[in-house]
Amino acid sequence: MEKVLMKGNEALAEAAIRAGCKCFFGYPITPQSELPAYLAREMPKRGGVFLQAESEVAAINMVYGAAGAGVRVMTSSSSPGISLKQEGISYLCGAELPCVIVNIMRGGPGLGDIQPAQSDYFQATRGGGHGDYRTIVLAPASVQELVDLVYDAFDLADKYRNPVLILGDGILGQMMEPVVFKERPAKELPPKTWATTGKMGRQKSNVINSLYLDPVKLEEHNRKLFKKYQEIEQKEARYEILNGDDAEYFVVAYGICARIAHAAVEMAREEGIKVGLIRPITLWPYPKKAFEEVLPRAKAFLTVELSCGQMVEDVKLSVEGRAPVYFYGRTGGMVPTAEEIFEEIKKMRGLS
Amino acid sequence: MKVVFERPKSLQPTKTHYCPGCGHGVIHRLVAEVIDELGIQDKTIGVAPVGCAVLAYNYFDVDMQQAAHGRAPAVATGIKRALPDRVVFTYQGDGDLAAIGTAEIVHAAARGENITVIFVNNAIYGMTGGQMAPTTLVGQRTETSPYGRDPQVAGYPIRVCEMLATLDGPSFLARAELTDVKNINKAKSYIKKAFEMQLAGKGFSLVEILSPCPTNWGMKPIDAVEWVKKEMVKVFPPGVFKEPKEG
Amino acid sequence: MKLEIIMAGFGGQGIMLMGEILAHSAMLEGREVSWIPSYGPEMRGGTANCMVVISDKRIPSPIISSPDILVAMNKPSMEKFTPMVKSGGVVILNKALIDERPARNDIEIIEVDASGIADELGNMRVANMVALGVLVGKTGVVKPETVIKSIDHFLPEHRKNMLEINEKALMRGIAEIKK
Ligand SMILES: Cc1ncc(C[n+]2csc(CCOP(=O)(O)OP(=O)(O)O)c2C)c(N)n1
Ligand code: SF4
Ligand SMILES: [Mg+2]
Repeated sequence: MEKVLMKGNEALAEAAIRAGCKCFFGYPITPQSELPAYLAREMPKRGGVFLQAESEVAAINMVYGAAGAGVRVMTSSSSPGISLKQEGISYLCGAELPCVIVNIMRGGPGLGDIQPAQSDYFQATRGGGHGDYRTIVLAPASVQELVDLVYDAFDLADKYRNPVLILGDGILGQMMEPVVFKERPAKELPPKTWATTGKMGRQKSNVINSLYLDPVKLEEHNRKLFKKYQEIEQKEARYEILNGDDAEYFVVAYGICARIAHAAVEMAREEGIKVGLIRPITLWPYPKKAFEEVLPRAKAFLTVELSCGQMVEDVKLSVEGRAPVYFYGRTGGMVPTAEEIFEEIKKMRGLS
Repeated sequence: MKVVFERPKSLQPTKTHYCPGCGHGVIHRLVAEVIDELGIQDKTIGVAPVGCAVLAYNYFDVDMQQAAHGRAPAVATGIKRALPDRVVFTYQGDGDLAAIGTAEIVHAAARGENITVIFVNNAIYGMTGGQMAPTTLVGQRTETSPYGRDPQVAGYPIRVCEMLATLDGPSFLARAELTDVKNINKAKSYIKKAFEMQLAGKGFSLVEILSPCPTNWGMKPIDAVEWVKKEMVKVFPPGVFKEPKEG
Repeated sequence: MKLEIIMAGFGGQGIMLMGEILAHSAMLEGREVSWIPSYGPEMRGGTANCMVVISDKRIPSPIISSPDILVAMNKPSMEKFTPMVKSGGVVILNKALIDERPARNDIEIIEVDASGIADELGNMRVANMVALGVLVGKTGVVKPETVIKSIDHFLPEHRKNMLEINEKALMRGIAEIKK
C-alpha cells in the first residue's frame, strides 16, 4: 500500500471522499481552510457535491437536509463556526440524522485567535446545543489516525443515526505525516429506510422531525435516545495506553497534546520515573475503562490539555477519588513544551 | 507653509497591517477625513467586522466595537437604539455583509436603521486566504472555486446596492470604485453624504466601494486596480442607487 | 536515529517546500517523519518556518523545542531560533543575508552563500535547495538520489523543466560540505 505525505486537513478530506461522503457544506474559517479547498477541487471530479454556504448556520442546515435525504454528508469548521452550528446539531440529534462534523479547534472565547486549542471539549462532549443529547466525539492524534477515524466516523454515524464530531486542532490540521489509505471492506450497516428520498412506491411517507408536541411522546423519544447513548457508551469507547505496563503515574492527554505528553513521558522514563500515558481516542463516550485498568497500580494522574481544564473533569469522574488528579494546561493558542510537562510529571511524583 | 498631506485626526498614528496595494487603508482614510470634516469624532462609534479589517478598532481614533462575523449591523442597531444622538457606522467586507450577515444587513436596511454602512467589496474573502465571496465574479478563480465561479454550482454575484434599493428603509445607497483620484474623491463624497443622512435622521445609508485585494487575486497592485476598472465595474456599476428626493 | 530540524526564513524563500522535500525523501527511505508549518497572519509578509522530525521509531511529538539542526535563511530567523538549538547542534546560515554570527560556541556553525550560489546557477529561488544540500551533506540523513526523486515529486507538470537546476543546487550544497 502506497504511503503519501499529506497535511492533516487534506488527508481528512481525501478520507471523507473515500468513505463515501457525497456532499460537503461549509463556510471558510482558519485553520481548516485546506479541507474545503481540497474538496472544492476534488468533489466535482469524483461525483460529489461541494458547496460553500453563506454561513455556518446555513451550512449545518444543508447538512441536515442531505443527511435526511440519506447520503453521507460532512461539514467542517473551527471553534467560532462550530458555536454557530450548535442549533443545527441539536436538530440533527433530535431527528437522529447521521453526519460528520469536523472542528479544527482554535483559541477562544469569542474571536480568540487561530492557534491550536482544545477549549471546545465541554461544548463537544456535553452536547453543546439545547436539549438532552450526545454526539460521538473522536480525537485523532496523528494524520494516519485522522484518516482512519474519518471512515469510522461515517460508519458510527450511520450505525447509530447520530452526528459524529471529529475534534482536531490547528497543528493536526496543518501538520504533514505519512499516511496510507487502506482499502476497507464496506461495513454491514442498516439500510436507510427512514430517509426522505421521495416515496418511490413506498406506502408510507417518511418524515424527518424533532418535534413531539405531546410530552409523553417526547419523553419516550428522549428515553429511546438515551438507550442508544448507553449502548454507545458500552460499545464504542476507545483509548490507547503507552508505556503503561509497569507505570505508577499516568499522564492523560488527547490529540496533539498527547503527542507532546508522549515525548515528556519518554523523557521521564529516561530518568527512571515509572510513568505512562492514557490517550483517550473517543472523548464521548469517555474511556472510563482505561482508568479501571490502571487504577490498581496508579498513584496519581496528571491531565494535560490546551485549555484551562475541561477533560480533567472526566478524568476525575473516572477516577472517583481513588487517586489524586492533577492538571496542567496552556491556553489561548499556547502549546506546552515536552520539558514543561516533564517538570509537571516530576511535581506529581513529589506530591503523591 | 500650507500642509497638504496630514493624517486625519480620526485615524490613530499607527501603521496598518494591510498588504501593499490593498484598498482598506485608503478607505479608512476617507472615512476618517469625513468624520473630521463633519466634526463628529467625539460622538462617533464604529463597529469593526470580522475580515481583514478586523483590527479597524486599532486604526480609527473613535470609539469602536468589534462584532461577531456578519453581525455588525445588529450590533450597530443596539448601539444606535441605546444612544440615538450618536453617529454609528459599520465597516464590513463582502463575506461579512453579503454572506454570513445577509439577514442582518437586509433587516437593518428594511428598518431604516439610522446607521451608516461602509461596505468594502473586494470580490473575495481576504482574511481567510482567498475563498469565493458572494460578490466573486462569474469565472473568477478562488481557493474554493478553483475552476472559476460556476453559476451552475455557486450561483451569481450579489449586487447589494441594487438589492437594498428595492426596500423603503434606506435613505442613501451608492457605489464607488477605488481606482483613480477622480473616483476616490467620488467615494469620499458618497461617504460624506451617507453620514450627513444619518446626522439629518433620514435613516439607513450605505456606500459600497469596489476595492482591490492584490494578495488574494494574485496580481500586482497596479494590475489589481486595472481589474477593478475593467472587470468589477461591469458587474457592479458605480453610481447612486437611492437618495432622498430634493425639496 | 532521531533528527529534529527547524527551517526558517522569509515567506517566498521556499522554506516550507524545503522541509516538505526533506520529510518526503526520508519517508521514501522508510523513516517515520513529521512536518509542521508556522501558519496564520504571521505569514503575511513576515517570516516562515517549519519543523521536521525524522526518526526510526514512532515520533512522540512533532513539535520541536530544541532542534539538532537549524537552517536559517535570513537574519531574523537566525536571531529567533539559534538560542533554541541543542548544545552540540548545527546551524546552517545563508551567509548572503546574514551579516552576523550567532554568539554561541557550543554549536557548529556552517556558513554558506546559498543565495549567491543560486544566483550563479541562474535562479535565486533555488537557494533553498543549496541549503538543503548542505544539510544532506552534513548529516547524510537521506541519499541525494532520494531527495532528487522528492524534488521531482513536488514539481508540478508544467515546471518539470526546473528539475535540473534544483538538482544542481542540491549537489552544489552537498559539495560545500565536502570542500
Ligand atoms: C462564525 C465565523 N465563521 C467564519 C469565520 C472566519 N472568517 C474570518 S474573516 C472571513 C471572511 C472575510 O471576508 P470579507 O468579509 O470579504 O472581508 P475581507 O477580508 O475580504 O476584507 C471569514 C469567513 C469567523 N471568524 N467566524
Ligand atoms: S488580503 Fe486582500 S483585503 Fe486583506 S489586507 Fe491583503 S490585500 Fe487587503
Ligand atoms: Mg472581501
